[in-house]
Amino acid sequence: MTRKAAIVGGNRIPFARSNKKYARASNQDMLTATIDGLVARHGLAGEQVGEVVAGAVLKHARDFNLTREAVLGSQLSPATPAYDVQQACGTGLEAAVLVANKIALGQIESGIAGGTDTTSDAPLAVNDDLRKVLIAANAAKTLPDRLKLLSRIRPGQLVPDQPRNVEPRTGLSMGEHAAITAKEWEISREAQDELAVASHHHLAAAYDRGFFDDLVTPFLGLTRDDNLRPDSTVEKLSTLKPVFGKGEGATMTAANSTPLTDGASAVLLASDEWAAEHKLPVWAHLVDAQTAAVDYVHGGEGLLMAPAYAMPVMLARNGLTLQDFDLYEIHEAFASTVLSTMKAWEDPGFCKEKLGLDAPLGPIDRSKLNVNGSSLAAGHPFAATGGRIVASLAKMLHEAGPGKRGLISICAAGGQGVVAILES
Amino acid sequence: MSDWYRDFANSGIGSTITKQFGLPRPVRLRRYTPGQPLLDGPALVGSAGDGRLRAEVESVLKEDGVTVLSPVTADGERGTKVAAVVLDATGVTTPADLAAAHDFLAPAVKRLGTNGRVVVLGEVPGEAPSPALAAARQALDGLVRSLAKELRAGATANLVYVPSGAEASVPGPLRFFLSGRSAYVDGQTVTLSAADVPSADGGATPLAGKVAVVTGAARGIGASIAEVLGRDGAHVVAVDVPAAGQALAEVANRIGGTALQLDITAPDAAARLVEHVVERHGGVDVVVHNAGITRDKLLVNMDAARWNSVLAVNLQAQLDMTQALLDAPGALKDGARVVAVSSQSGIAGNRGQTNYSASKAGVIGMVRSWAAKFASRGATINAVAPGFIVTEMTAKMPFGTREVGARLNSLQQGGLPVDVAEAIAWLAQPASAGVNGQVLRVCGQNLLGA
Repeated sequence: MTRKAAIVGGNRIPFARSNKKYARASNQDMLTATIDGLVARHGLAGEQVGEVVAGAVLKHARDFNLTREAVLGSQLSPATPAYDVQQACGTGLEAAVLVANKIALGQIESGIAGGTDTTSDAPLAVNDDLRKVLIAANAAKTLPDRLKLLSRIRPGQLVPDQPRNVEPRTGLSMGEHAAITAKEWEISREAQDELAVASHHHLAAAYDRGFFDDLVTPFLGLTRDDNLRPDSTVEKLSTLKPVFGKGEGATMTAANSTPLTDGASAVLLASDEWAAEHKLPVWAHLVDAQTAAVDYVHGGEGLLMAPAYAMPVMLARNGLTLQDFDLYEIHEAFASTVLSTMKAWEDPGFCKEKLGLDAPLGPIDRSKLNVNGSSLAAGHPFAATGGRIVASLAKMLHEAGPGKRGLISICAAGGQGVVAILES
Repeated sequence: MSDWYRDFANSGIGSTITKQFGLPRPVRLRRYTPGQPLLDGPALVGSAGDGRLRAEVESVLKEDGVTVLSPVTADGERGTKVAAVVLDATGVTTPADLAAAHDFLAPAVKRLGTNGRVVVLGEVPGEAPSPALAAARQALDGLVRSLAKELRAGATANLVYVPSGAEASVPGPLRFFLSGRSAYVDGQTVTLSAADVPSADGGATPLAGKVAVVTGAARGIGASIAEVLGRDGAHVVAVDVPAAGQALAEVANRIGGTALQLDITAPDAAARLVEHVVERHGGVDVVVHNAGITRDKLLVNMDAARWNSVLAVNLQAQLDMTQALLDAPGALKDGARVVAVSSQSGIAGNRGQTNYSASKAGVIGMVRSWAAKFASRGATINAVAPGFIVTEMTAKMPFGTREVGARLNSLQQGGLPVDVAEAIAWLAQPASAGVNGQVLRVCGQNLLGA
């Protein structure tokens, strides 16, 4: 006998463009502040929750027990257990699924799922050759041996290894991968720019009507996402030069791709009983989730197309069609990713050959898509995006009334994808 | 925040110099800490005329373990310092009777120690059937205000008017004016009314089980109010604008409360507050309207934006939220306490603050008007008007202006946010049921508008 986990609240710090407001904040600083904001909003100071699950995509070696350390630095009871997860950009949503599953199984009554990422305070690794010499020198038994080894250090080895936003198996950046997919699906520059502009306008309007008053807590003087451009227009965006893809057909610019961003988010999940005991209204339940992965290395599929594969599996399991939802949240890693994914679901050939379906999944009503903005406007601190989407969608469904359904689709590096259904 | 001048005046050389030159000699005020006795020494209790409250006063003092000395026994113990002097002047019926007040107070006040307390209880002048009676009762007001100005070394004098039938309302206010909670309340008059007052005072946590909303709680006086209400046992819903959210969360977490980010001037703010307190807390017991802004300019130079924003935050939002809480079933619990933060500027006016003073005077009109309606629900609504309170804001004032501003009161020093918070927390107590529609200044008897 399982039960469905309730989403009762969320918190995030405003997302900041790389090397701006949060340049000196660590993953742990941001996650701790985010948990503390969640604790304050829900009156949980000193309380023990069942489990805190969070992660970061870009991690320092010192971040080995990141979530537990954040809990210890937070206002939660130190008796709150925690663990880290990492599934690239799917981290935040996957963390929520993991917490929800334990609640569904009755193993915990409450939990916090989150994610944090900094591209500013990124880890720099010691050059691999240098690292090997240093390890050997450390293991050497005599001083002469040690000096001999150290004498092998060359200036070139002193340049640190920087983390790169590339797929290890292809050497291509995520943007370059997305550009290939965009070209394949013939996604126009204009369609991408329109999606980006809508994201900015929706997010700005949501801020203005106070939608984020109980979803965001300012951090280090930042009160709104600093990537947000409320006055963005298609005309303005059309003047930008493409940054991904090559030559004539290149359509992807800095504006219709998400920028590198710093930030953190957290979602509070619980059993209905726990929520009632704490007088916390249930925003929505996490109904189901599905992951998928594609062979983008040799299989000829786009790096970010995995959610397209996860979706029909989850829909079939729940006896739903793609049109049975009131709201859709498709993570805007790139505008072209959203558009390619939707185009694929509408394509009879793709749905038949790749997904093995008799009929295409069909179109999504664009007026129900990312209605309060998404990553193109807010920014995308990798592991924090899932928590941002889950909390926002749950609140939107709650505002829309009982029985409303929402769909989440998030693509991730390594050719992976996570999708989920929420219902108020 | 440290008071360098006070510390200097209390040092060896500073003491000599300030004495020699007749400079102000402020002392470190005795402020309340949990577990502190009501008084640090005995109290002298006396009457002028045939008062009716002396037994009540003595029983409150004895309940709190205070040794009560009467003027007769006091003669035998000349020289012992006393911590408080309480005069029951409800028996004063003619101006001639006031001589008895003088006869008691003069030797008694001489024995008052550092941070001593003088509390005078009188009958309400407005209810007097004859001019002579009204004159005699009103005279107490002048007596107490002047005595407050004569007292030194942190001592205060305050007057409580007790109409007949309101005897049960006396213990709470009496304890407040004697205790360290009223450290910066001086030369004030409070008029009690008859009310259902609980017999127990709640001990160290008089607000246990209560839910309190505090607006403007992210910093300054608001944060202090939240902390003191939390200390006294309340669950505090700390409200502030979303932009102040980080500081607000820190305040809420420090006191185990809840943070609510809300722009109180938003069109749906009152509705959102009501929904929050009903859904999350099953209603609210204490509401402190503290949020306030200043946009100073001389009237002739003031634009509409400055005028409107100050009136919207400081006055209209208080009216809207209070009305919404009154209207929504279950939002404002029976016996609720609303405390609105006014200001000395709302009483005395202040150059460059026509908008601010208008809003803060408006707050006084608001609580007086609503008092009867609140009384009918067993609730109260009062205003607290802070004087010169040392905050981040005053720290930015020019040195001279700040130092002079801080000394122009009977206690010769600026107050602290906690002084305002203590007064509010007292008004929020169940035992303050008989204090309604009052405006309490927390100003150390500031010369402005006194």
